[in-house]
Amino acid sequence: MEQLFFILLALLTLSAALMVVTTRNLLHAAFWLILVFFGIAGFFILLHAEFLAVVQVLIYIGAISTLIIFAIMLTRRIMDPQQPRFNSQWGLVGGLAALLFVVLAAVTTRVAWPTTSATLPAEPIKQLGADFVGVYAVPFEVASVLLVVAMIGAIIIARERG
Amino acid sequence: MEYISNFFVNLGNSWTSLLSSFLPPWAVILINFIIVALLLVLMPVIATMTLTIMERKIIARIQNRIGPNRVGPWGIFQAIPDAIKLLTKEDIVPVNADKPLFNLAPLLIFLGAALLWAVIPFGRGVIGQDLNVGVLYLVAVGSISTIAIVMAGWSSNNKFALIGAFRIVAQLLSYEIPMVLAMASVVALVGTMKMGEIVELQSIPFLLILPVAFITYILAAAAETGRAPFDLVEADSEIVAGYFIEYSGLKFGWFYIAEYGNLLAVSAIAATLFLGGWRGPFADQAPVLGPLYFGIKTILIVFLLMWIRGTWPRFRIDQMLALAWKVLVPLGLFNLLWVATMIKLPLPVWLQWAFILAGNVLALLVTLTLMGQAAKRYAARRGMVGTRA
Repeated sequence: MEQLFFILLALLTLSAALMVVTTRNLLHAAFWLILVFFGIAGFFILLHAEFLAVVQVLIYIGAISTLIIFAIMLTRRIMDPQQPRFNSQWGLVGGLAALLFVVLAAVTTRVAWPTTSATLPAEPIKQLGADFVGVYAVPFEVASVLLVVAMIGAIIIARERG
Repeated sequence: MEYISNFFVNLGNSWTSLLSSFLPPWAVILINFIIVALLLVLMPVIATMTLTIMERKIIARIQNRIGPNRVGPWGIFQAIPDAIKLLTKEDIVPVNADKPLFNLAPLLIFLGAALLWAVIPFGRGVIGQDLNVGVLYLVAVGSISTIAIVMAGWSSNNKFALIGAFRIVAQLLSYEIPMVLAMASVVALVGTMKMGEIVELQSIPFLLILPVAFITYILAAAAETGRAPFDLVEADSEIVAGYFIEYSGLKFGWFYIAEYGNLLAVSAIAATLFLGGWRGPFADQAPVLGPLYFGIKTILIVFLLMWIRGTWPRFRIDQMLALAWKVLVPLGLFNLLWVATMIKLPLPVWLQWAFILAGNVLALLVTLTLMGQAAKRYAARRGMVGTRA
């Protein structure tokens, strides 16, 4: 049963992801991307990680997709399907993407994914929260600093001169 | 008597045992899930049928009119002819609209309104699914309607729709933050995100401990549902009707249903988080009273929101965003920090709560004083009447 749901979800997510990169209409691509994010939230639910699923919907669909859509709508001439799809750098980018694919494929096939038979703790969210300010405090804070830097950069760019 | 006192849970149990006598367990679970899902999905429709008449009557009373009075006693069946009228209207799709997205948006916005009801506790054990991330789930589901609104505004191929969508998205994103901060202070106080447990642990209504969070939540809720005084998304004189201008017939009906469904849902959430949900006198002995208390509290909040709508002037967009970012967000952040500090103090619980209340009242006074001074400065700068030199 779980396998069936996994296959259906995987098909949905992958076909939506394919639509993201093949559709000519950029705004449609953004909406297909939202479907991909929903699919990923579904995977988290299959893995019994409800918290991550809800956060996936909240952050990726609620915030990031909305920002992407705004960026598309506020950029001139970007939604026109008659625009050329490739510019002079397509070969370089294609090569880099292929390289990235090889690296990711090598990693996913070679790593022996560790599994454990331990049961889930009763309050996984509390454990997660405690770990964020305990064991993983440094990476957590680094991520926050990164976000602050991005925000200050955005304010400086958007600031009115004069 | 025993059966009546816990009527809803017992009814559910009897129904399940009746089904189990001739069906395999998986079929029983499936049928029960479908029934519960149907009931919860119908909530926005029920909200529309009842709250529209309530709203029209209340606004009429505020404006010294009579309001609907033709269909049924006191006009209480007015919603039915309105619904029939909506169903018989022609379904118009603009020629240059993006058809798939244009048709998907009303469904998506209704989905966002209906999914909220899954985690709202109507009584002890009367809840769709007591998720362990309940409060966060509410926030996440709320963000689906933002996407639906952008979709509707863009796919209509109409400048008023697009401007309306931009306005409401700026409003939704700004007011989501104070709303989440208000909810987070409740979560910090009880230490759980389960909606059912928040009610169980609410021995006195949190309104009396966290008045600042309650006020922030109500203002943010009025903004999130796009109601007056935050209704500049559908300011007729500026952008005709906003993001759903091109919709007609039942597709418009979906937006209407979602609007009233969201109104009832935010009120139900406020009743759960701040007014003690289904708790009330004798609710422990007779759990059947729980849904009744819950309903009364929810309707009280709905009435409060309608009262605000009927009496407050409309905000300008810069005033509205300034209220969110310069007043409600700092206030919410302070409140959350204060609650988080107080619950870690080695004191008895009632003393902690008293400190939290004191901090809340102080924060409210400071905020109101600062806002009053800002208003005076503004009036003096503009040379308005009523200011002393």
